[in-house]
Amino acid sequence: MKANCWMGMADVEVQDVPDPKIMNDRDAIVRITSSAICGSDLHLYDGFIPTMKKGDILGHEFMGEIVEVGREVTNLKIGDRVVVPFPIACGRCNSCQRQLYSCCENSNPNAGIAEKMMGHSPSGIFGYSHMLGGYPGGQSQYARVPFADVGPIKIEDDLPDEQVLFLSDIFPTGYMGAEMCDIEPGDVVAVWGCGPVGQFAIASAYLLGAERVIGIDRFPYRLRRAQEKAGAEVINYEETNVLEALKEMTAGRGPDACIDAVGLESHHGNPAMYAYDRTKQIARLETDRPFAIREAIMACANGGTISIIGVYGGLVDKFPLGSLMNRSLTVRTGQCHVQRYMKPLLDRIRNGDIDPSFVISHEMGLSDAPKGYRMFRDKQDECNKVVLKP
Amino acid sequence: MTQHDATTARLGRALGWASLGLGLSMTFAPRTVTRLAGVDDSATARLMTRIVGLRELVHAAGLLLGPPEWVWTRVAGDAMDLPSLVIATARRQGSRRMRAAMATAAVAGITAADTYTAVRTLEEDIGKGRGHEAHRNGALHLEAAVTINRPPEETYRYWHDFTHMPEFMVHVDEVQVTGDRSMHWKAEMHPLNKTIEWDAEIVEDRPNELIAWRSTESSDVPNSGTVHFGPAPGGRGTEVRVDMEYAPPAGRAAVAVAKLMGEAPDQQVRDDLRRFKQVMEIGEVVRSEGSPEGPHTQRLMHQRPARPMA
Repeated sequence: MKANCWMGMADVEVQDVPDPKIMNDRDAIVRITSSAICGSDLHLYDGFIPTMKKGDILGHEFMGEIVEVGREVTNLKIGDRVVVPFPIACGRCNSCQRQLYSCCENSNPNAGIAEKMMGHSPSGIFGYSHMLGGYPGGQSQYARVPFADVGPIKIEDDLPDEQVLFLSDIFPTGYMGAEMCDIEPGDVVAVWGCGPVGQFAIASAYLLGAERVIGIDRFPYRLRRAQEKAGAEVINYEETNVLEALKEMTAGRGPDACIDAVGLESHHGNPAMYAYDRTKQIARLETDRPFAIREAIMACANGGTISIIGVYGGLVDKFPLGSLMNRSLTVRTGQCHVQRYMKPLLDRIRNGDIDPSFVISHEMGLSDAPKGYRMFRDKQDECNKVVLKP
Repeated sequence: MTQHDATTARLGRALGWASLGLGLSMTFAPRTVTRLAGVDDSATARLMTRIVGLRELVHAAGLLLGPPEWVWTRVAGDAMDLPSLVIATARRQGSRRMRAAMATAAVAGITAADTYTAVRTLEEDIGKGRGHEAHRNGALHLEAAVTINRPPEETYRYWHDFTHMPEFMVHVDEVQVTGDRSMHWKAEMHPLNKTIEWDAEIVEDRPNELIAWRSTESSDVPNSGTVHFGPAPGGRGTEVRVDMEYAPPAGRAAVAVAKLMGEAPDQQVRDDLRRFKQVMEIGEVVRSEGSPEGPHTQRLMHQRPARPMA
């Protein structure tokens, strides 16, 4: 089969690889009909996530048709159409039973590596480094899906791929980001990063009853999308001082909740400030650039909530812990527990509350994946979200 | 920081003082040193001597202020110095050759002392007391624990059937039950790929609580241990704690080699427990294309690419 493989920094290649085979009794093999490139794939592409290996198949947002099931998968049959959640979760450990699927205790065979870096191991993830399992991803024609009896959600109606594909990651991720804010009537929510996840966080904050949602980014086309498609007020941080603008917009209170949908490759409007952390990152004095999260903490109203859904890999510097502590802020975070959200969010799509296909800007063949990565990273042609068709 | 025995710590400090003395004289009186070593009295030689002197001061600072592992920097320095001295000796004549040869012999002696101390720190690293692994009378003592989301009765019952061991113990090939309380173990020993066998007996057995075993006297691999099965608080299942001791068959040196190859015994026990948890909670060992054997210490360092196998 054809698969998009990580070959090194800023280097992906579509190669011929063997077809996947069942390895565990609860596996299923899926013939992929659509997959997508995620903003977090760019962290792999840019070389910021350790333990990648040349030849790894990328991709953790995918859906398709079941073509083979292991002995213990009884809820799915050949021909079923499914969306696959990106965290691999067993459904039977303590974490899974508390619905903390992205903290599954059994799905990462390389937990030993993750423990060294993070103390304890999170779940395995498709196509996302060996520290997180060494599982091939879904930017390919077929994929092996472990724990197929608890993960994938069946799509039984004729909703097109484009409307349900993002149940695999970015819609639930944005939704969980908003849900963690415990939004109450009158709340103002600010969202750093207006990429696809930020756009879903904005839309979800409104679904959950936010009074106002403010999107922050530096790319005009993303701000325009946040405004037009998700209904946000927007701030371009290269033109406006974010802290002052947010104070002004909230009459000095600050946003009640701040969502970081940026993660470890954030930017700063001031080139000198950017250079400071970028240099430390290159010198490996810190692994992650924390501009967005620093600003979110400083901006948040007293007693407010910081919700982190942007991906971080390791260590950051100059973290404003004093502001966080003295002002009674709450931090909520996590890789999305996608399995928890697929069913209710599918219902929302069916009801017409939201049509997730609004984020798509480009659709191309799997063989064009390298071009898709380049366009998405370099923000060429107003690239917002790339869907790959095998 | 790793705990070291008094001798290693003393050796490290002594070498540190030696570095300090040599470093100071090389840096501040390079001419005297070059004359003693039979080196030309040129500006280049004095500069080089000063540079090496500064290096000695780095060794000294590390050894006097830090852990004895800093002796490895001296070993590296020796590896630089010895070849240059040998070459220098070969190119000298007469009394200067004599002095160069004496300097070489002195450095060779120092190298031996450095290497000896360095190896001591390594061996202690292996027996490090970080709670998981420590030496006791030459045997390796390992402790590990895991919480399993199944009741103690169930985890105890599964472990009690020792024929299940190969399902979750990576190196165990087979366990035969040979009597009421006796069994025969077959295992593969890494990194030697050698099969070893031994007889063992259950010395204590408290249902749903504890199993203790000990190898019989004829065993090549004397080992003993206890597994505790205790209820985890708040209905979280079982806390399984393994506490075992064994004499590595090829000695501590083999453990050092194994460790360098990614087979740390403490990590091995933790991985075995992780696999036991998987077998109990989900019925099998979880495999990925990067780690097709499931959790496996050696695999952590030598992953397959994350793509299907041919």
